[in-house]
Amino acid sequence: MKIGVCVKRVPDTETRPKIASDEKNFDLSDAKFVISPYDEFGIEEALKLKEANGGEVVLISLDSSGDVTVIRNGLAMGADRAIIVEGDGERDPYETAVILSNVLKEENFDIVFFGKQGVGHDYQQVPSILAEIMNLPLISVVVELKIDGDKVEAVREIEGGEEVVEAKLPVLISAQKGLNVPRYPSLRGIMAAKKKPIDKKSPEFTAEKLSWEVEKVELPPPRKAGKIVEGEVEEQVKEIISFLSDEVKII
Amino acid sequence: MAVYVLIENRNHNIKNPSFESLSAAKKLAEKFGTQCVAILFGDAENISDLGKYGADKVLKIKTGQELVSRDAVIEIVSDIVKNDGDFKALFASATSFGKDVLPGISAKFEKGIAQDITEIFYDNDPILIKRPVFAGKAFEIIKFNDFPYFITTRPNVFKKAEYNSDGSVEEVEKSVSPDSLKTVLKEVKSTGSGQIELTEANVIVSGGRGMKGPENFKIIEELASLLNAAVGASRAAVDEGWIDHQHQVGQTGKTVSPTVYIACGISGAIQHLAGMSSSKYIIAINKDPDAPIFKVADLGIVGDLFKVVPALTEELKKVLNK
Ligand SMILES: Cc1cc2nc3c(=O)[nH]c(=O)nc-3n(C[C@H](O)[C@H](O)[C@H](O)COP(=O)(O)OP(=O)(O)OC[C@H]3O[C@@H](n4cnc5c(N)ncnc54)[C@H](O)[C@@H]3O)c2cc1C
Ligand SMILES: Nc1ncnc2c1ncn2[C@@H]1O[C@H](COP(=O)(O)O)[C@@H](O)[C@H]1O
Repeated sequence: MKIGVCVKRVPDTETRPKIASDEKNFDLSDAKFVISPYDEFGIEEALKLKEANGGEVVLISLDSSGDVTVIRNGLAMGADRAIIVEGDGERDPYETAVILSNVLKEENFDIVFFGKQGVGHDYQQVPSILAEIMNLPLISVVVELKIDGDKVEAVREIEGGEEVVEAKLPVLISAQKGLNVPRYPSLRGIMAAKKKPIDKKSPEFTAEKLSWEVEKVELPPPRKAGKIVEGEVEEQVKEIISFLSDEVKII
Repeated sequence: MAVYVLIENRNHNIKNPSFESLSAAKKLAEKFGTQCVAILFGDAENISDLGKYGADKVLKIKTGQELVSRDAVIEIVSDIVKNDGDFKALFASATSFGKDVLPGISAKFEKGIAQDITEIFYDNDPILIKRPVFAGKAFEIIKFNDFPYFITTRPNVFKKAEYNSDGSVEEVEKSVSPDSLKTVLKEVKSTGSGQIELTEANVIVSGGRGMKGPENFKIIEELASLLNAAVGASRAAVDEGWIDHQHQVGQTGKTVSPTVYIACGISGAIQHLAGMSSSKYIIAINKDPDAPIFKVADLGIVGDLFKVVPALTEELKKVLNK
């Protein structure tokens, strides 16, 4: 089975974004970069499929940073090789989808995993756009996956429930927390990853016009600490009730 | 020329976030001096509310199928909007349905979409859109470069408005040949029926590692049911296996914007705050006076949640006469 996983290099979830001097970008110079957490569920599922069926797991990333340490972490988890498409700066989600689709077409995967969202920009759309461009089935926000021959059955999360969706290979799957628990790289995995191939390519597509421009970026207004109530439980309960009735006005 | 809204229909019932999205779209349609058209798949008991909240016209799509897969929705809706040579925008609510299908439609126009937006600045020309990034730790104000606009609105942020528009229903038959469908929607299951969905809730009561075990979540549930609230959790509580991950609030869980968020035994890690700090009011109950959650709480209760929460529930029962 030939399995692809699209992984995005992103600032980790501890990051507190700061506004850059142009007020249109974020200053992420202090950030630590990682594979987007949802993509790790995709890598884990790919590795499990490979363990069950044999085959190859390939990581694909569009990234202009020149930093390969992040994708090496994915190789250390157990993926076989990686392809980095070196863009110039951050791409529009439509452009990203087209550029990734060009790589996916060349590789001809049986199944490709994505995260449900790339942490940071939170575009939440690259897999859906890609599915249209490639005319392939997509099942998104997946929490359970079964593959039997070329039959795919997945459970996807919806508000207050679940949907059961069927498709046939080749298929695109976007992963949600709950699908599995991603493994940590072992020491052996980390050593092996140093020798695994990372192919570099240049992007073959630039959109004529971006979907939108960023006019400016903002931080939310800072929240202030309010009233702190220590002491007796009865007193505290009274405080909560009057807060709910006088301020919040829900009782 | 029109502004379209894709409506979400679950069990013949149009969900509230769709009405919120509709009212936001109607306001844009008014700015453009054009119609606001709702697209609905199947029958819904509350179809007449579409007019009330802003639809000038309702296209009711009959496919002859009870469950319509994403591919069919994408094909049919793309067809409709493409037929309108000068269509301005397509809205949906940012639910798992809207977020999944709308980029599939925008792809046919070689564009991306603004997902999960929290504000529209209608007075600007062209309009500006606010979209959360870093799970709400920051925002981008964006300007679309050309029409059509594709937008999903975050539930519980935009207000429904009574426009009492015409809302006349036009039935449209659209069949999609099963062979052309890449995915088949087999079943839609409700989990925890009657529970209020986190992202749509007005009140949320959440528990963290301070809950100490799964059995204790029932004190959270009791308080929540009195307040008509949804139940949330920190990742620590989810990872311990005390509660299903669907309840997780935060950067790798759900982003919520209720009127009031009550955090019990949650320390206030940055990833948790990212998901809930746009709540209008925050109440925190924590035994550690130095817990970071108190820095963002409007009301901070320093105490043992196992004493405070049950006492609060008892007192509320009296106040609410329940
Ligand atoms: C990639 C990544 C993503 C993450 N995503 C999320 C996310 O989406 N959501 C999320 O929540 N976290 C997330 N986290 C985890 C986050 O960093 C914290 O570990 C987590 O939020 C802590 O949960 P907690 O506050 O329940 O537990 P703790 O930090 O252990 O806090 C427990 C609190 O309970 C209090 N307490 C204990 N007993 C009592 C009592 N009897 N009465 C009152 N108070 C009591 C303690 O004083 C303490 O403040 C993520 C982490 C990573 C690395
Ligand atoms: N630059 C990128 N390189 C590789 N994969 C990406 C990239 N951007 C997005 N993806 C994939 O698409 C998913 C959703 O991302 P997004 O639509 O940007 O929120 C991610 O979890 C990745 O699997």
